[in-house]
Amino acid sequence: MKFIKQFGIILAISFIGEIMNYLIPLPVPASIYGLVLMLLCLHFGIVHIDSVKDSGKFLIEIMPLMFIPAAVGLIESWKTIGSKIGTYLIITVLSTIFVMIVAGHTTQAFIRFSKSKDNQERKDS
Amino acid sequence: MNFFENSVFFGVTISLIAYGFGHALQGKFKLAILNPLLISVASIIALLAVTHIDYKAYYSGAQYLSYLLTPATVCLAIPLYEQFELLKKNLAAVICGIFSGVFASLCSILAMAVFFGLSHKEYITFLPKSITTAIGIGVSEELGGYVTLTVAVIILTGILGNIIAPFICRHFRITEPIARGIAIGSASHAIGTARAMEMGEIEGAMSSLSIAVSGLITVIGASIFAQFM
Repeated sequence: MKFIKQFGIILAISFIGEIMNYLIPLPVPASIYGLVLMLLCLHFGIVHIDSVKDSGKFLIEIMPLMFIPAAVGLIESWKTIGSKIGTYLIITVLSTIFVMIVAGHTTQAFIRFSKSKDNQERKDS
Repeated sequence: MNFFENSVFFGVTISLIAYGFGHALQGKFKLAILNPLLISVASIIALLAVTHIDYKAYYSGAQYLSYLLTPATVCLAIPLYEQFELLKKNLAAVICGIFSGVFASLCSILAMAVFFGLSHKEYITFLPKSITTAIGIGVSEELGGYVTLTVAVIILTGILGNIIAPFICRHFRITEPIARGIAIGSASHAIGTARAMEMGEIEGAMSSLSIAVSGLITVIGASIFAQFM
């Protein structure tokens, strides 16, 4: 019964996400509504962490598999990409690396700044 | 080839086998480029090309794997909930980090679109490249890009992020687990997050958060940037 209950909760929240995606005229997918909804349910104790955890961890673990079908679909867009593949690849690679470095270092700088401030306050008091 | 089109388990089975094969290869040679996702995608493409099985025949079965994507994304809330205290404590850093990531993405695409002389439509196509497919499709459609190309670029970005994340974090000295998670999630959405999950619980949780937040900021940011070129 354990997994039936766990999958029941996860799928129910996914379904509510779908309903919200249908009713609310924003480009927000069902999965993102569902993610926020699940977080709220856990935070306010409507769903207990133990009643979704095992199935949730399982789904997250097999998540890379779920991207394979769409990624194999890259062969279908070969025609639209055509001769510009070189340019497109350069843009994709450079911008992905750039974003990773900027986002990472901005976050890291903020964390270190607040850490050093904490230490300073501790010293002062 | 009618049989393959009607088979439910063909697509799913070869996907699993290909992923297992990729995983085994990486375990044996320990090279970042032998990423299980990349290997499985490449070997399935090769298999379909050699055997002349249509992509549609493969997809008719394999699509059931994709159906799990929505519930799996919903479950990303679980690690996030477990790291909630950490998130609250570092909220400013996290929000600023994600904002800077979105801004970096939009700016770099604008700069390169100008540099390479892309058309307006191509430029729009690339704007949502770092966010999750479902939101990216909406942005591309709304602003008038090539939607199929956007999907291809988003997936490519994800696989790339999945492969290079540990390398970038090491070489550019991104050592804080929170910062690593934000970097991976902002740059390469859910496919990158799959890798962040393997790096650690904090990395995974922060990366999951970035998917949702950077996706939503990009919806607004891309519509502003669309007017720049």
